[in-house]
Amino acid sequence: MKVIAAMSGGVDSAVAAARAVEAGHEVIGVHLALSSNPQKYRSGARGCCTIEDSHDARRAADVIGIPFYIWDMADEFHEGVVENFMSEYAAGRTPNPCLRCNEKIKFAAVLDRAKAMGFDGVVTGHYARTQESAAGKTLHRAIDPLKDQSYVLAVLTREQINGAIFPLGDTEKVDIRKEAEARGLAVAQKPDSHDICFVPSGDNAGWLRERLGSEVGPIVDQDGKKIGEHKGAYTYTIGQRKGLGLTVPASDGSPRFVLKIEPVSNTVVVGPREDLAVTTMRGEKPIFCGPEIGAAPLRGFVQVRAHGAALDCTYYLDDNQLVAELDQPLLGLATGQAMVIYDGDRVVGSATICETA
Amino acid sequence: MSDVAIAAMNASLRKLGNPSSLHTDGRATRKDVEDAREVIAHSIDCLPSEVIFTGSGTEADNAAIKGLFWYSKKKVILVSSIEHHAVLDPAHWLVEHEGAELIEIPVTATGIVDLVFLAEVVAKRAGEIALISVMHSNNETGVIQPIADIVKIAGDIPVHCDAVQSFTKVPLSFKNLGLFAMTISAHKVGGPLGIGALILRRAVELPPLLHGGGQERDIRSGTVNAPAIVAFAAAVAAHEYDAEKVQALREKFESGVLALRSDAVINGASAPRLPGISNITFPGTQSDSLLLLMDAEKVSCSTGAACSAGVHRPSHVLMAMGLSDVVAQSSLRFSFGATSTEADVDFALSVLPAVIERGLAAHSVGRR
Repeated sequence: MKVIAAMSGGVDSAVAAARAVEAGHEVIGVHLALSSNPQKYRSGARGCCTIEDSHDARRAADVIGIPFYIWDMADEFHEGVVENFMSEYAAGRTPNPCLRCNEKIKFAAVLDRAKAMGFDGVVTGHYARTQESAAGKTLHRAIDPLKDQSYVLAVLTREQINGAIFPLGDTEKVDIRKEAEARGLAVAQKPDSHDICFVPSGDNAGWLRERLGSEVGPIVDQDGKKIGEHKGAYTYTIGQRKGLGLTVPASDGSPRFVLKIEPVSNTVVVGPREDLAVTTMRGEKPIFCGPEIGAAPLRGFVQVRAHGAALDCTYYLDDNQLVAELDQPLLGLATGQAMVIYDGDRVVGSATICETA
Repeated sequence: MSDVAIAAMNASLRKLGNPSSLHTDGRATRKDVEDAREVIAHSIDCLPSEVIFTGSGTEADNAAIKGLFWYSKKKVILVSSIEHHAVLDPAHWLVEHEGAELIEIPVTATGIVDLVFLAEVVAKRAGEIALISVMHSNNETGVIQPIADIVKIAGDIPVHCDAVQSFTKVPLSFKNLGLFAMTISAHKVGGPLGIGALILRRAVELPPLLHGGGQERDIRSGTVNAPAIVAFAAAVAAHEYDAEKVQALREKFESGVLALRSDAVINGASAPRLPGISNITFPGTQSDSLLLLMDAEKVSCSTGAACSAGVHRPSHVLMAMGLSDVVAQSSLRFSFGATSTEADVDFALSVLPAVIERGLAAHSVGRR
């Protein structure tokens, strides 16, 4: 196949591109420039939008021996990912921007452009696997549970998965580094990137405060009684216990947790731990990575964080919303997070959590 | 690099002498360098002592812009808005660090500097102007600038001209143009990378950028790069560039493009242009997609500008000519040189229609 390898300048995407070449594909390396004002160097292990990274990606492509270009996706990234991140927080939800980037940029803008230019698909360094089955190509967890990225890929449609190649899913990260070393790729020991690439400081709350302002508002208990003040509701997360600065103790002396964030009234609601418990979640705009499901209940797992646990559940479709009923209650779940359903290690699909009970 | 230049460089690389040394070996190398200086001087109609070898055209531009600014002790710098970054960036640096005032001279829609604007500024502020710098021809469009007219308007104000793109392609006389300073570079004329020259009027002693041995007229220090200088001169002396042939190839290409894509626009078409540069807008495309697709067909072309991270940016030259950023980003530059052939042109034209179709499709999904 003729494919585009998305090369971030890191070790994973470099090895993925090299493996795609070895698999016999005709590969062209592309680095996505996601920031219109790239920094010179990465600070620590964060970010994927620096001049150093684009140089590292180019060097890897040269060593592998493939053509290399830079595609400017800064506007698409800002509109589709950064602005969405801000507006979701402003609306009191907790979004996952990496998921959004896969959905809107890497497997939409890039894949569409690649296909229009006569390419068959996109290769990335994500840790996930695909399998051919009677029902078509399906998405599965990587064999390295610590690196598995199937959660952030669960927003891909079947068509997008058909155009995606993940050469790393069958290997553990430690072996990818060794392989990079053996291939003479200088990025072999480059640190992994973590956190949100467009928040280079890693201080999400500070970054949001700078852009959304920090309007003081009330912290209330479940009866609506004001018991404290906060500096911007969006800097709190559901289930948070520390940093609330409450002076009035709870009547029974037990610790209090953030239960709810109400952006319109700029209010943070706190209460006891047991009130965080969620047994049912509903997600809107479901996306199925493989065969679609219906109203008939099925058994499987639901995951609500990138590296969270897979929770036993019963799932089904109701009124075009994905519903998961948990066997064991989960503490602290925010709307806006993605719920990803697994059947064993196969990704069934995902939806954005809009309601919990 | 041309064969004659490679041969000259190889021969020179074997010579031991440092041209600044006084012994026999040093004198032998010095003679080669001075022979080369005379060849270059002759080719551009200046005195040999007016040729100052530098490590690049960029260095020569920096030495001229900063040097003339400090030399004149005046504050205002005038440069055209379509200059190469080797001129624009030192001018901006002087604004930020040395208190200079920068005035950019606009260009017309055909890409020629606005002489009326220049004359007005000179009339109002002649006493404050440190220097005027306008390129001889633009590297992206090939449009040739009216340097003689600019020097006339400038009067006593020093004028620098970046002639990197024009050198050996069109007749150039440093003396007749009446310039203070001019920049040329070897790699554009079949010579090696990493060697250029500042042509600087006799008795104008600019403050140097590099301090050291003062090897080049006390204006440029650093061991004289004899093999590169000798190869530079060999390439110039051979003059393998046939302007008429190159222009015929470009005309064949441009008429072929217009026959294939009637909506294509040749930028600067009505202005006098260098023989070998063609800058073409393909409406509804993105030039970085086109470049990738042409490259895959083994046709090298260029998108004009990229930032330091390699991100394709709309060309400041095309935008100065009044194109929008979107239109500027759908433009490609094709260059034809001494080694280009009719078969090259035919091949580029044969792959172009499919490339444009795919480029149009890629752009339309991007805008969805």
